[in-house]
Amino acid sequence: MSPGITVLMLAAAVVGVVGIAAVADDHQPVTTTVTERGQPHPVEIRRHPAPRVRTGAVDHACLPATIACSTCHAVRTPDPSNKVGSDLDQFHQGLQFQHGSNTCLSCHDPGSYDHLRRSDGQRLAFEDSIELCSQCHGPQRRDYDNGAHGGMNGYWDLQRGGRVRNTCIDCHDPHVPKYQGAIPMPHARDRFQQGASHD
Amino acid sequence: MTEEQPAGMTRRTVLKAAGATLGAGAFAAAIAPLTQWKPAESVDEFLRRHYKELTPAELTEICRRVEADAKKTHGIDVHVAAPQPTPGVKFGYALNLSICVGCRRCAEACHRENNHDRATHNSYIRVFEMDNGTLDLAHGDATYDHPVPAKGKYYMPVQCHHCDNAPCTKVCPVEATWKEQDGIVVVDYNWCIGCRYCEAACPYHARRFNWKKPEVPASEINPDQGYLSNRVRPQGVMEKCTFCLHRTREGRLPACLEACPTGARVFGDLADPQSEIRWVLANKRVFILKEDLGTRPTFFYFFDK
Repeated sequence: MSPGITVLMLAAAVVGVVGIAAVADDHQPVTTTVTERGQPHPVEIRRHPAPRVRTGAVDHACLPATIACSTCHAVRTPDPSNKVGSDLDQFHQGLQFQHGSNTCLSCHDPGSYDHLRRSDGQRLAFEDSIELCSQCHGPQRRDYDNGAHGGMNGYWDLQRGGRVRNTCIDCHDPHVPKYQGAIPMPHARDRFQQGASHD
Repeated sequence: MTEEQPAGMTRRTVLKAAGATLGAGAFAAAIAPLTQWKPAESVDEFLRRHYKELTPAELTEICRRVEADAKKTHGIDVHVAAPQPTPGVKFGYALNLSICVGCRRCAEACHRENNHDRATHNSYIRVFEMDNGTLDLAHGDATYDHPVPAKGKYYMPVQCHHCDNAPCTKVCPVEATWKEQDGIVVVDYNWCIGCRYCEAACPYHARRFNWKKPEVPASEINPDQGYLSNRVRPQGVMEKCTFCLHRTREGRLPACLEACPTGARVFGDLADPQSEIRWVLANKRVFILKEDLGTRPTFFYFFDK
């Protein structure tokens, strides 16, 4: 057994012992520039890099030690029949999944788990996940491209300033995409909004 | 035959003195509130002409005065600008009822952006929770307080519709409110006499009255202010949504749109055929509220499906 594989096995064992397969979400998304309609100022779409998996251990700087998806998956054989977390006998068992009839490999690339995969087999970076979603959610993508879906910040007038736009997964969990709801902000307490009724 | 009177003290004199004392007392009581009065604005500000009659130089001077007042009153540095409409730009707003979740983040952003009174938690946006399939605002609930979106409900934020045929501007007896060239309906806070006719005339219930002076802690005052928009208002005047003109006339998006997590809000230039709002108007199922009143709003609602 080569030393590299040993290290991988060791890392996998650490994950197994601690029993954590949580996806670390403390990575700041990187934004990228997309010019729209030849305007002088950019419209940036938020981009999220591939997730890192927390091992439960800490590194030399006492920060959580994280590993890439491929650290474990490179040495495991993909099983296309797996659909939900409970199908698995190791890791990700607690993963909630409610996203139509998709399976893991509908979106994840079995050739490299650090990437996504389009339905035509083309490999896709996690940062470009919006392209993956758009394969099925065409109407949403159409609205998005026309500024009528998804939160944004910046300028309405691209002649005067740029704009930063959310990407799909800023609001929709790819595994459970339905919007999960929110607690509303407080309402005004003027005389019309005291909860009184005219009836 | 007359009776002898004590020298220098007739009945008439006594009555006169008593009357004068009473009168003076009543007068003192009547003007007592004035002794508590501290001018909320300088004499120059009180005596100034109507906003539309001001020269650019006067307007600049007035903005500096409001900044100085803020420094004196709250001890903070604010920037007050009076951005003018851009010729050829006509603002419009559209709201997607299919994806609004009723989180009220827009109303909250308005509250903070526009220096609203903290005690009443005032906002120019009122979000109605409505039963699916209904469109009667009288049965909408603007005071819901549970996780959203609730089953069987949809959410309808209502704010100023900046009508092309605005009834509020017509009823004002002193022309303190009017529609600007870019479509924004504004109020001259210093010209408003507080009669509230405009509040009664607005079919969207979009105007708010300052029953008392808005109280905002100095540390929370938004220093980026517009003279016709979010500067801290005096007591006794009307106020309303200004499409955040201190932002939008600089090309920025309004605060309520930036706060919206879903992208239900679309803002832009109705005169630009390439704008997002024009795409919405051309491609979505769009309606306006209370169309039968003929107010011709520039605020639109739409559905995805």
